[in-house]
Amino acid sequence: MTLFLQTLPFLLDGLRITLLVSAGVIVLSLLIGVPLGCVLAFGPLWARFPIRIYADFVRGVPILVLLYFVYYGLPAIKVNLPSLTAAIVALTAFKSAQVIEITRGAFQSIPRGQTEAAKSIGLGLLDRFVHVLAPQAIRRFLPPFVNSVVDTVKGSSLVSLLGIVDLMLALQQVIGRTHVALPLYVMGALMYFAINYPLSTLSRRLEKRFI
Amino acid sequence: MTNYHFNFAIVWRYAAKLFDGLLLSIELAIATIAIGMVIGLVLALVEMDGPRWVRPFIRGYVEFIRNVPLLLLVYLVFYGVPSAIDLQYDATTSFVVTLAIYSGAYLVEVLRAGFEAVPKGLIEAGKAIGLTPVGVLIHVRLPTALRIALPSLSNTYVSLFKDTSIASAIAVPELAYGMRWIETQTFRTVEVYLLATPIYLVTSYAILLLLRLAERRYAITR
Repeated sequence: MTLFLQTLPFLLDGLRITLLVSAGVIVLSLLIGVPLGCVLAFGPLWARFPIRIYADFVRGVPILVLLYFVYYGLPAIKVNLPSLTAAIVALTAFKSAQVIEITRGAFQSIPRGQTEAAKSIGLGLLDRFVHVLAPQAIRRFLPPFVNSVVDTVKGSSLVSLLGIVDLMLALQQVIGRTHVALPLYVMGALMYFAINYPLSTLSRRLEKRFI
Repeated sequence: MTNYHFNFAIVWRYAAKLFDGLLLSIELAIATIAIGMVIGLVLALVEMDGPRWVRPFIRGYVEFIRNVPLLLLVYLVFYGVPSAIDLQYDATTSFVVTLAIYSGAYLVEVLRAGFEAVPKGLIEAGKAIGLTPVGVLIHVRLPTALRIALPSLSNTYVSLFKDTSIASAIAVPELAYGMRWIETQTFRTVEVYLLATPIYLVTSYAILLLLRLAERRYAITR
């Protein structure tokens, strides 16, 4: 028990980095992914094509490889990013691709009749989007998006492999010092669980309500 | 690209390392999927048809695994468990066990959804022609559920293949490990990634296309 109390402040420091990285990645990937997802759902073919390629490319490669590529690969072409920035860039590149797909899926799940009905009562493009499509799409967007937040928090543990002292690496360091492995791993797992479980429950509730 | 001089020849010399890595990645994925499917099927069936008291345990397993990072579970099994109980295993075995337990939690959900989507009338029809409950399971529920679940299954399989890259964290010599190894030997970082990233991409795609073909072949037409 004293061991846990002694190591707790150190683990909480790591947890702060885990949450910081996750929050940064989520905000950035919303800013990038939602507009691109809208273009993928409604845009002209020439604009959809590069976005499709991007999303498919990024989702076909493991996050770990993207992370290594940004951190170890880019310096070769004189792009030197500090590890925390590199981690956020790589995770955002990955998460954006998922947000693009979720956004596209949300819009495409709306029946065509909705657009036709909106057109028939004389709504213009902007009004159709704001008053008819977007309110319905957001209900389809939320459940998978919240699930994807859980994924982000879990995926952020990979930044420990670049030497960033997040919860995962803080845990490793405490274990290295104290040589108490299993109880501390379980404690770390429970800390991740405490953040993610409410989110997955929320996602399931939203799914039941909206989909 | 500021004056970067490509030198693929050096990296090419280690291409065998990448090939071996890819083979191991695929082997890891296949072994994991095989064990994970057994875990998923058994637990999905027990959750639906089994006694009520086991349900909280299955839920607990699924929720715990799904809300904890895979990397942490990999360390927990490889470093944590042997430190507490006297059990020795190598990194590869340890990783397969971990990823199978991890994928099991996702597969239970996918397969349960598949089973729940089997039309009631179909099950009754099975009973009506005189099939025993086991007969109904083997000839009606299982094949129908698997066909319904195929699209979700292919997504899970592809992400499992990508997850094998985490094995490099405990030095299992799969593809991601091979990449980093060549990089540290040659310092030709860009070339290594230009060779290895497409390998992941193409393999992920091959898995997806193969399963799409299966989806089309076994699609349930209503």
